[in-house]
Amino acid sequence: MKPFIRHCGIAAPLPLANVDTDQIVPKQFLKTVERRGLKAALFYDQRHAPDGTPIAGFVLDQAPWNEATILVAGDNFGCGSSREHAAWALADFGICCVISSRIADIFYNNSINNGLLPVTVPADLLAHLMGLAELGARLCVDLERRIIIHGEDAYPFVIDERVRARLLAGLDPIGEAQAEEAAIAAIEGRLAAATPWLPHPAEAEGHAA
Amino acid sequence: MSNARTLYDKIWETHATALGDSGDSLLYIDLHLLHEISSPQAFAGLREAGRSVRRPARTLAVFDHNIPTADQSLGLVGVQDEEARVQLQTLERNAAETGIEAFRMGDPRNGIVHVVGPEQGRTQPGMTIVCGDSHTSTHGAFGALAHGIGTSDVEHVLATQTLRTRKSRNMRVRFEGALPPYVGAKDMALAMIAAIGTGGGTGAVIEYVGEAVSSLSMEGRMTLCNMTIEAGARAGLVAPDEKTFAYLAGRPSAPHGADWEAALAYWRTLSSDADARFDEEVVIDVSGLAPQVSWGTSPEDVVAIEATIPDPGSIDDPDRRTSKSQALDYMALKPGEPIAGTPIDRVFIGSCTNSRIEDLRAAAEVVRGRSVAAGVRALVVPGSGLVRAQAEAEGLDSIFAAAGLEWREPGCSMCLGMNPDRLMPGERCASTSNRNFEGRQGRGGRTHLMSPAMAAAAAVTGRITDVRKLMS
Repeated sequence: MKPFIRHCGIAAPLPLANVDTDQIVPKQFLKTVERRGLKAALFYDQRHAPDGTPIAGFVLDQAPWNEATILVAGDNFGCGSSREHAAWALADFGICCVISSRIADIFYNNSINNGLLPVTVPADLLAHLMGLAELGARLCVDLERRIIIHGEDAYPFVIDERVRARLLAGLDPIGEAQAEEAAIAAIEGRLAAATPWLPHPAEAEGHAA
Repeated sequence: MSNARTLYDKIWETHATALGDSGDSLLYIDLHLLHEISSPQAFAGLREAGRSVRRPARTLAVFDHNIPTADQSLGLVGVQDEEARVQLQTLERNAAETGIEAFRMGDPRNGIVHVVGPEQGRTQPGMTIVCGDSHTSTHGAFGALAHGIGTSDVEHVLATQTLRTRKSRNMRVRFEGALPPYVGAKDMALAMIAAIGTGGGTGAVIEYVGEAVSSLSMEGRMTLCNMTIEAGARAGLVAPDEKTFAYLAGRPSAPHGADWEAALAYWRTLSSDADARFDEEVVIDVSGLAPQVSWGTSPEDVVAIEATIPDPGSIDDPDRRTSKSQALDYMALKPGEPIAGTPIDRVFIGSCTNSRIEDLRAAAEVVRGRSVAAGVRALVVPGSGLVRAQAEAEGLDSIFAAAGLEWREPGCSMCLGMNPDRLMPGERCASTSNRNFEGRQGRGGRTHLMSPAMAAAAAVTGRITDVRKLMS
């Protein structure tokens, strides 16, 4: 995964509450067996007529936001379905960072796993950033210093330290977890004693994918 | 400081590694459920990295999201939608190659993943359970810590049997009082979401307590925990009790013989200590609760059946006001109008929320001896092949058929419209599913969430109807 340290770009406003992942990527795009190629699926129903003809007017289709790399969204962004396709489609479009006053739990984790930075800010700061985004402002999000920069102004944000560390380093989470094999094996031993009726690992279980 | 712990604390402590420097842990996963939509990229990722599935015996695959609800006995070759067929075949192949048990389409044990896990006795108290599906919260009804994950985390769990995660806050929702007739778990869930909002549980695990929760059947508790994700919480929990144990006894993957006694002894330790501290507490009195119906495009947009549609103009927050006004436009409804009497075109009885035997019995009781209203098309989709067989043994299929409802084969079906069952633009549906998002059941479709009894009442009257009046 590519590290996220600092990113500057156009911020697009999406001033709606409770934008769900069904809106971000509708059902018909969930039949793919690939992670890539979902750019066209992003907010598809808002951007296309039922017959597939593009509809003008959605924020990400208008200059300057058609080149946006930051999304400033209303409260509780990404709620609903666990579909990681939502994070994949945003990343495919070029979005590197989502800013909202609340980001739904599963979408938040999916974002991190794709190097997409989720930033939560208080409602009053969100309203201010939304106003800037509506003017087509360029923002910088500095994860190292935990600030959002616009011109001379810097707005601090709070982020979970593990999320920050992982995104800054761009680590492979599975590789990291596998490095903790001794700790995982210890839990397996503990659970084998507590719940002996469940299938517990025989030596060298594990099948290649 | 008190050492009292919540049920969530206890499950966490048994399954998590020590906190790392940055405050997170690896959570060991006891049961990993797979389906066709969220798993193909995870297996591809494993393959690319040359990684194995760590615990195939703790993993179970089902086919549910995009399968047709007719002619399943034809097998995957009978699936007309080519993309869906490829995705189903991909899961079949991935499971076979990695030694994971899979219930194929048409196998009576197959069905909606959150119906199958409990039905097979795979879901057990005290477990940690994940699945690439947000409604994994359903399994919390058994006192298991269960939640949805994305595909990258599916890959993580396949490879390591763990999830990197941070502990959530403890929240408790107490449902006080006794439920009135024709008011049940679905109404409790909708009323709670209306009260706290779809983001109200963000960052928390909710434990459900109170007289009304204890009195629910396991099916009802599953409905309640299922909808927990619609409040934004990571998971819902109900402490296991005698009903939980009675439900599990004799199920194929439940412990047997001496193991059963050992399991019972362990499961009886799984409850919150009396003086355990919760970060948040919500109390809801259900003794006067009426059947609940959604009016908008978020599961928090809910009113009682005798209420009128609220006016978004009275909302202070501008983003919320815009969202709710757009929702009313989409739903073609006006503020101040009564929700009861709204004409409907379609009825869907099914989904991981309400497709279990008790749900089907509740719907059958209402439609028995009545007929589906003219112009209305109604589908009943059981949650699994075994639920379907049980319903047929009880004669429920004949009651539905006599009333003019279509009796289908199991799957997720019209809850998310990935298979051929979906709404046409502008159609209005009384649905027992969990999400009324724009386009969820088909582009331009309008969804009203409600209980199985209420959906059945809508089917026979052609309108959103108070089932209590219909049955009085």
